Amino acid sequence: MLADLGTLLILMVAVIALIGPAAADEASLRATLTKLAGAKGFPQIEAAVRELGASGDPAIAAPLNALSEGNLYVRKSDKAVFIVKEGDQLILSDALTGADAGTGEKLDFTKIKVNNTLRRAIRDVMGSLTLGGTDAAARMVAANTLMQKPDAASIPALDAAIGKEADATVKARMEAARAAAVLVSDLPETDKGAAIGLLAGLGSREALNILTAFESTSTGALKDQAAAGISKINGTLVAWDAAQNVWYGISLGSVLLLAAIGLAITFGVMGVINMAHGEMVMIGAYTTFVVQETVRAYAPGMLDWSLAAALPIAFVVAGAVGIAIERGIIRFLYGRPLETLLATWGVSLILQQAVRTIFGPTNREVVNPGWMSGGFELGQLAITWNRLWIVAFSLGVFALLLFISNRTAWGLQMRAVTQNRRMAASMGIRTPWVDAFTFGLGSGIAGIAGVALSQIGNVSPNLGQGYIIDSFMVVVFGGVGNLWGTLLGAFSLGIANKFLEPYAGAVLGKIIVLVLIILFIQKRPRGLFALKGRAVEA
Amino acid sequence: MIVATLLRNGIDRRIAISIGLLVAAAILVPILHLAVPADSAFHVPAHIVALFGKYLCYALLALALDLVWGYCGILSLGHGAFFALGGYAMGMYLMRQIGDRGVYGNPLLPDFMVFLNWKELPWFWFGFDQFWFAALMVVVVPGLLAFCFGWLAFRSRVTGVYLSIITQAMTYALLLAFFRNDMGFGGNNGLTDFKEILGFNVQAPATRAALFAASALMLALFIAITASIVGSKLGKLMVAVRDAESRTRFIGWRPEHIKVFAFTLSAVMAGIAGALYVPQVGIINPSEFAPANSIEVVIWTAIGGRGTIIGPVLGAILVNWAKSWFTAAFPEFWLFALGGLFVAVTLFLPRGIVGMWDQWMATWRTRTSVKADRDAPSVGSDAPEPPIVRAKSAGAALPLIADPQPAE
Repeated sequence: MLADLGTLLILMVAVIALIGPAAADEASLRATLTKLAGAKGFPQIEAAVRELGASGDPAIAAPLNALSEGNLYVRKSDKAVFIVKEGDQLILSDALTGADAGTGEKLDFTKIKVNNTLRRAIRDVMGSLTLGGTDAAARMVAANTLMQKPDAASIPALDAAIGKEADATVKARMEAARAAAVLVSDLPETDKGAAIGLLAGLGSREALNILTAFESTSTGALKDQAAAGISKINGTLVAWDAAQNVWYGISLGSVLLLAAIGLAITFGVMGVINMAHGEMVMIGAYTTFVVQETVRAYAPGMLDWSLAAALPIAFVVAGAVGIAIERGIIRFLYGRPLETLLATWGVSLILQQAVRTIFGPTNREVVNPGWMSGGFELGQLAITWNRLWIVAFSLGVFALLLFISNRTAWGLQMRAVTQNRRMAASMGIRTPWVDAFTFGLGSGIAGIAGVALSQIGNVSPNLGQGYIIDSFMVVVFGGVGNLWGTLLGAFSLGIANKFLEPYAGAVLGKIIVLVLIILFIQKRPRGLFALKGRAVEA
Repeated sequence: MIVATLLRNGIDRRIAISIGLLVAAAILVPILHLAVPADSAFHVPAHIVALFGKYLCYALLALALDLVWGYCGILSLGHGAFFALGGYAMGMYLMRQIGDRGVYGNPLLPDFMVFLNWKELPWFWFGFDQFWFAALMVVVVPGLLAFCFGWLAFRSRVTGVYLSIITQAMTYALLLAFFRNDMGFGGNNGLTDFKEILGFNVQAPATRAALFAASALMLALFIAITASIVGSKLGKLMVAVRDAESRTRFIGWRPEHIKVFAFTLSAVMAGIAGALYVPQVGIINPSEFAPANSIEVVIWTAIGGRGTIIGPVLGAILVNWAKSWFTAAFPEFWLFALGGLFVAVTLFLPRGIVGMWDQWMATWRTRTSVKADRDAPSVGSDAPEPPIVRAKSAGAALPLIADPQPAE
């Protein structure tokens, strides 16, 4: 009996080898299905199932599913296989095509039996079956599953799928999964060596885990090869980590840029130390909150676009508050920069308390719109959409300001006032107007920065306080009166911060950056890009 | 020596009065608090002693800021850091005095170190079991920091706004540093739960009264020292640096030396204020480093009148008294009031209360003398037009009143 089984199995393997993985025409599938019908005992059924799986034809999904649920029946008379719905009579449908095949009496049919081992085998076969599916995303998922649970049995199916695959990324993924499967198979050393080389070339953490697992069980030359692969991957990962830090740094830098750029204008052009700058950011964030709640109340369908609507409104609101502060307080204090510092600090206290009285002291939630949530991976980099949007947005704001300052008449007047206020006044520029609108512009920009920052942090009355010192650091580091200095300052501080963090921790890293800025100011008291002038006390 | 200098320059009546008042308070308040029965109308209750003891420390801090800002033109936004450093030095001494009476009963390690599983005392805690060492550190640590910081900053001619911002960065960096648990200064809880100072219970009325007296006397001493410095040639140089730094340099002086001196002395004063403050409030934690605190000191000084000696003292006491009252009566309005104060003072009282008073007195004196001149030839004319006295000319009559900084 056992000997019989053995010969049958060998025969079947031979048949599989003959048919080959690509042979998927209906006739041969039906032949294999018939084998299912004639199989005696679970091992034979399993062999037939695997044979079906090796065909890689999506059509076998239906009979296999039916088998796994116990709905696959064989007609005693001609050994034909049907998917069956049980009732008083059996409702038959063709196993491969699903076509209606009438009804039959229970007595004429036998059910193909199934057990858990068989179900597992079916699941495996279905997994490799999707490798040959028409949906690229499904193929990718299948390859990922195989990568996470490498199985030597999946190698033939993977080989078949790789041969047919047209999508380069999916193909690469399949090859990686095949390499992972090779490492757990009993294939010869040369194959395993090639697989190690392929995995090491991937340089991902996943490959590192597979290789580490392999290294602990292997011996001899392969072990050395795996160890070499591991160190190679580690080297690649260090480079990716550095890249990730640069990305985090750019992301932090863009936040700093947004927070500081308005300050660069007010401080640079007017010499006003605007301590209420952070509160302009806060006003922008609260405007976003109010706009969002209004949209939620009146047009819930537009909620995803409330952020876009908040941008101009925040600019106008914060800009108006800025102009009010300039006209009401600051214009009386020109020429006394240190006193503008005190007065604007007072304004910031009042604004904070006002917001706290109106909106309450607790954090307010601004939701991320759909197009800003989630993220994607670029190689080993994890990039979230909201950070990417903020980087793009900060650069956009920067470009806009650069345009205003360098290409418009107003920008020309602004720069003239920066460089020589009295000369500009004598040339007929109305410096008070330039002052008021420049302050309004700076505050408005801070307002739209608040819209962006509401996406990555809490909206609370203290929101501005968190940014004010950093913004001053950026402006002072970059140099007053030069937008490029602010850009460079923001990004270099952001990146320096993120590079120090892994070694020194977040807080110590920040302290080091602060100390470095203090020392830098000793070297260049006017920042990176200082305005050149002839005055002794510029 | 100080007395001699003061005598030589002639003691300003106002300064003599305030020193006298402070010394009298140092003697009378403890007596009224301890010896007079509690139901007497003259009894000074304990909370008043504690409260005003605190105000006097703030006044000393404001005076320290006034020395650099009012007389030397350095607006430091980081004086809270020196105050807190002095406070921490005193706090470390008080922590060591707890000994084995802490919650964990460890004779050597303060509670928070036991809690954080520290095995031995960090090196910078050695010596703080001795009062003389702690007292030395109260002076040396802020002084040294200020000296190094000032030496670097003033030598490279970092002035005005830039200096203000980097002093703010300094106190912010220290704030972050002291929040860290592994710095060994108690993390964000700071140092507290003090038991005794020099063998006396910190909570006892007699100790509190003594601390009040010490604060008053220290303030009186530093008012005298500041007055004598300001009245000396060095003080004139400081004012010269404040008003025209380049000109002073071109004449041949070294403004950076003068500034470093003023900055260091001022930091020492702030450190002593902090050291007196900590045993009276019973806690020191990193929030004392918060940049907002340092800016608040600036407003005390500005309200009282920078460039005057008793102005900052008055300002500190008034603002803090108002703060205590407001936060008890209308807690939500305190920030409105404080913010409004900042705006109003910079707009309407650029010289502060004392400076304004002096200006009015000067105007009044000028007016009466003008009136006397005019009245002599033509008696019975119409009410005389008050002469317009601009701030500049009035200030010129009073040599040591702060002028607005020159436009940058």
